[in-house]
Parts: sequence; structure tokens; C-alpha cells
Amino acid sequence: MKCRKCGGRGVINLRHHKLVLCKEDFLEWMPEQVQRAIEKYHMFTPQERVLVAVSGGKDSLSLWDILTRLGYHTDGLYIGLGIDGGVNYSEESLRLTEQFAQARGLQLHTIKVAEKYGLTVPEIAQRTHHGLTKPCSVCGRIKRHIMNRSAREGGYDVLVTGHNLDDEAAVLFGNTLNWAAGYLVRQGPVLEANIPGVVRKVKPLCRIYEREMTAYALLSGIEYIYDECPFAVGATSIYYKELLNRLEADHPGAKLNFYLTFLKAKKAGLFSAVADQGRQNLHPCPTCGQPTSVDGECAFCSMIEKVTPKKGE
Amino acid sequence: MALEPVKIILRGKEHEVRPGMVLSHALEKIGVNSESVLATRNGELIPEDEILNPGDVIKLVAVISGGSCR
Repeated sequence: MKCRKCGGRGVINLRHHKLVLCKEDFLEWMPEQVQRAIEKYHMFTPQERVLVAVSGGKDSLSLWDILTRLGYHTDGLYIGLGIDGGVNYSEESLRLTEQFAQARGLQLHTIKVAEKYGLTVPEIAQRTHHGLTKPCSVCGRIKRHIMNRSAREGGYDVLVTGHNLDDEAAVLFGNTLNWAAGYLVRQGPVLEANIPGVVRKVKPLCRIYEREMTAYALLSGIEYIYDECPFAVGATSIYYKELLNRLEADHPGAKLNFYLTFLKAKKAGLFSAVADQGRQNLHPCPTCGQPTSVDGECAFCSMIEKVTPKKGE
Repeated sequence: MALEPVKIILRGKEHEVRPGMVLSHALEKIGVNSESVLATRNGELIPEDEILNPGDVIKLVAVISGGSCR
């Protein structure tokens, strides 16, 4: 296969775009695609301050690299979850993230859950009895809270995450299978800050295949954590991704089409905002100020209150 | 004389295929979806139509990561 741009040795075949590229042209093509998404969905401008949530994985580190190459003002946020799983998962992720930031002279904020709240994510999950075997939902809640809070307190205009097309298509697939109308209404490349206490969240990789992100990391020489989160083994999202990849193998472009036609349908008004009841009755949490739909404290604060040792205990 | 087989490695698991096949057919043969991996030979990324040579060691990089750890 020859590179469509220069005729050199092709290293990747982007079947959904009917495009073969060599290493050099692929590494030029990727930032162009990300920039197109940033502009198309009006994500942020070069003047704004951007906080990139980084996990040490291929997507977030590659995204940070691309945004830096594009000239955006970015800082990174790493959340130490305290997950070991026999592979020193969190510590290794932090090491790789710090190494990445140092090599490029980038500012990295690190928040370790255990240092801030006295317990690691798996410990919090165990104490709350949510996810005794898998702390994923507790982990997600904690990360969302810390990301939003860090972006607000740091005065950032926007919070950026490394969700790629495969992540988005898998979530969409799951929400469609369950007709989770509220989640369908909310899903998109941009989550606007139209509620007090919420920072704008965007996903510049939402149209980039996970395979392309991996190729970008490999070809750029970005060292990332290859081990899966020990708790992600057997996750439904991974199963959905595998199913969608089978579809993609037979019908190149199926995943991209699934996601883009969903966005089009949403824009055309196919999903009613009324379906998103969780967003109808939001009010600020009396403790942290972030929006919640439950009475009293938000789910995060009531969880922390429940698991944090009281004085004299 | 039999040609040395091609070794394909994914997450520590080794498979062997005969040389002369193209990568996409080799992946099909060992039951790996080409959408879910990238293949490298001597550290270099190779495309699906690459012909595999005797003694090649192909390392597959899984592209799927999951959970909500983004």
C-alpha cells in the first residue's frame, strides 16, 4: 500500500476514509482532524485556557500532544485513583504522565484521591458498598467531581477529555439498547456550562477511531500505560466495542456513521430535552456548590461524608 | 526444507502461521479482528496487506481500552 499523499510506504489504512498514509503524513493528518472537530463543534479558541484530563493512557496523552502541537494553552490534570491491581496501575500511570509532561515542559496538576479524601477509590467503593467487586461507578463519580472542581478552581475555560469515537459509539450503543433517553439527550461532543457550578466539557477526539489514536501514540513515540485498568476487565463497554468492531470490519465507516447520524438526529430535534429529567430539577449542592438533582448534598459529598472517618472514631 | 513459521504475539499469547500470507489473512486465521489491533514488525507499524516473511515476529498492539478511565 502506498501513501495517498506522497506515494511513500503506507503504514496505516484508514478504510472508513478510503485513505492510506505513511508515518509522516499520518502524523500531520491527525492534528488536522482534531482541529476540524474543535472548530466544527465550537469547542474552544486559542485564547482560552484548556485543562486536559490525562490518565496516562494513549488517548489522553496523544490528545495533549496534539493540542500542544496545535498551539493551544493547555495544562494537564491527573487524578490518582489508588488502584494497584497487582500491576501498580495508578503509580505507573502517574509516572508515564509526569514523564510526558516533563519532556514537553507542560504544567501537570496531580490530585491523589487518597491524599485528599483519606481513602483510595477501591476503598471508598468498598465502604459505600457500591461496587464491592468493581468500583467503576464510584470511580466515575469521583473523577467527574474532581475534574469539574479542578477546572473551576483553576479558572479554566474548558475541560477536555480523551474520549474517542469508539468510546462514544460504545456509550451510544449501550444507551440505545436500553433506550436511556436522558443519557441520549446529554451525549455529544460538547457539554455546555449552562448550569451554575458546571464547567464546559468537550471531546475533541469524538470522531477519531481508537485504532487511529493507538497508531498516533505508537508513531509519535508516546509511552503510555498499555495495561488495562484491572477493574475494566470484562467491562460492558469493552464488549460493545468488540461488537462494533465486528460490524466495522464488514462495513468500514459503520461506527463513524452511527455516531454522526445520531448527532444529526439530535440536532434535528429527534430527542426531546424533556426526556432528560435528571437535568430538570438541578440545584447547587450546599457543600460543594456543584449541581445536583437529589435533595440535600450531591451524591459525591454524601458518599464522602459517609466514608470519611469522623473525629474520635 | 520447511520455511520458518511466522510468530504472531498478542498480549503474551503466541500464534504461528505460515510465511507468505498477507497480514489480514493471518489475523483472520488466528481469529483476531484487524479493527481491534495494530501490527508491528521490528517496532515498525505494518499495514494489513503486508506479506509475512519466514521467521517474522509480529507483535500485535490491542487498541481497545475500556471502563470509564478517560
